[in-house]
Amino acid sequence: MNNFSPTLATRLMLALAVVLSAFPLYWMLVIASRTNADAVAVPPPFLPGGNLGENIVAVLNNEDAKFLLGLTNSFIVSSIVTVSVVIISTLAGFAFANLTFKGRGVLLVLVLLTMAVPLQQMGVVPLYRLMVSLEWTGTLKAVILPYLLNGFGVFLMTQYTRQAVPMELVEAARVDGAATLRIWWNVVLPAVRPGMAVLGINTFMLMWNDFMWPLIVLTPDNPTVQIAITSLNARFSTNYTLIFAGTALSIIPLIAVFVAFGRQIVGGLMEGAVKA
Amino acid sequence: MSSTPFNGRRGYSHRRDRPPGRRWRSRLDVKAMPYALVSPYFLLFAAFGLFPLAFTLYYSLYDYDLAGTVEWTGLGNYTALLGDEDFWNAVVNTVSMFVIATVPQMLLALLLANGLNKRFRFRLPIRMSVLLPLVTSVVAVAVVFTQLYARDWGLVNWVLSWFGVDKTNWRAERIPSWIAIATMVDWRWTGYNAIIFLAGMQTIPRDLYEAAAIDGASRRRQFWQITLPMLRPTMIFVVLNSTIGGLTLFSEPTTFYNGNVDGGSQGQFQTVAMFIVKQGFREFDYGYAAAAAWLLFLLILIGAAINFLFVRRIGGTR
Repeated sequence: MNNFSPTLATRLMLALAVVLSAFPLYWMLVIASRTNADAVAVPPPFLPGGNLGENIVAVLNNEDAKFLLGLTNSFIVSSIVTVSVVIISTLAGFAFANLTFKGRGVLLVLVLLTMAVPLQQMGVVPLYRLMVSLEWTGTLKAVILPYLLNGFGVFLMTQYTRQAVPMELVEAARVDGAATLRIWWNVVLPAVRPGMAVLGINTFMLMWNDFMWPLIVLTPDNPTVQIAITSLNARFSTNYTLIFAGTALSIIPLIAVFVAFGRQIVGGLMEGAVKA
Repeated sequence: MSSTPFNGRRGYSHRRDRPPGRRWRSRLDVKAMPYALVSPYFLLFAAFGLFPLAFTLYYSLYDYDLAGTVEWTGLGNYTALLGDEDFWNAVVNTVSMFVIATVPQMLLALLLANGLNKRFRFRLPIRMSVLLPLVTSVVAVAVVFTQLYARDWGLVNWVLSWFGVDKTNWRAERIPSWIAIATMVDWRWTGYNAIIFLAGMQTIPRDLYEAAAIDGASRRRQFWQITLPMLRPTMIFVVLNSTIGGLTLFSEPTTFYNGNVDGGSQGQFQTVAMFIVKQGFREFDYGYAAAAAWLLFLLILIGAAINFLFVRRIGGTR
């Protein structure tokens, strides 16, 4: 008797899990590709229709929804934040993992503590007031700046660097006369690239998904994609095909990332969890 | 374990060949560079983390009104909140949805992880597909679920009607709305938690199971007596994560009401995070919102402590 071969019940459960995971996305495609009459029909349609292109064009062309602007804005915000978080985290991670300096332990504990505070809810009022006094509300700067750092990123890269870059390697580079920044660039960065990929994907998805802060600090005429969906939803509350076409558009970048890096996402999550 | 090159004999001799200027510069590099490397994080944290936290405390002690007058009120906001029915409504909603969502989610995730831990074909694609919900945008998911839960043509009511269940108005009624929102949360996070549990399960040595099997322990017994107790550290991580996520719930219930933070006509699914946004950015009572934010933090601490104690007991008696 082998504990590691699945029973029939287990196989069925896994199959069900796969179906349930995919169904709402499939459903999104079904409604996004149909007419509005189909979307409110009982019994509902279960197969995609032929109107997907038409509906998407209608969403993109709708002046009120600003959907294209929302997509562009989300792309800008997510990319800038991702680059910043990855750079800041690899720098700090290298220092915490491979360099000795006074206060290292205390500072690392500080980083861990900052991870436990729900900053988004806790700091929302003063951050908003700060953005008002800088006259940045309604601009992308207001969305980008609070997210340029990420305690989880520093923690992750510290763990990753510790494992991927042996001390001997750093010392050898130093003996050869390399300065710290040069070691970071030539020795550390190539070795921690998989960790950077996981952190980057993670950050990009997080920013693409961010909803509460943009809802507060942006206006519907300069939205991120999530805000654009919400105003589609509020403006055309009965036109499901339009809403679903927009919603489907909004997840394309995430699905693309997932298709390209799904293996790394699974691996990264599993590695991170074991080390945490 | 020291990283300074001056300890190694090889390093020293190399270094002696250099002109004194470079030696000084490299000593500065070794001493100061680490601080330079970690400083971007701490500088930004001071600006966008520490500053807001401190000011949230400061704001919470003042009364702001719509006209823009500001008045010191001490703990007035806090006492007012504790007597505010709407705030308690939000607390009850948040905690209820958290419990309704988390309990089945943990059980399902454990079960799913146990299944994913077996040997079967297409293992990677199946593991990836249970993560698919996580990479989908929260708002998109909430939009889809809102349609699935529509009263007259929603798929959920249609399927329930096969079993003779009457049409439920998922958005208008209190407990149905909690269930609807809880399923959105569960759909998104169960696979993720299963993958984390799976990672924990893979660190459990296989010979433990082999020994148990030789002793005649059934699979079910092995799960309860080996897997669960060995999984406790992972469980603490997952449960704490879910607690923070669950108690700060915002996107799903807000989208469930077309992006409105009232949480339904009677506030039946308004969460504390939505209450904060409503007070701060619809009523412009910054002090009240800030005080509510601190009470939310307190709620999270209490929730985390309860869960921590609870998880520590799981499988603790052997």
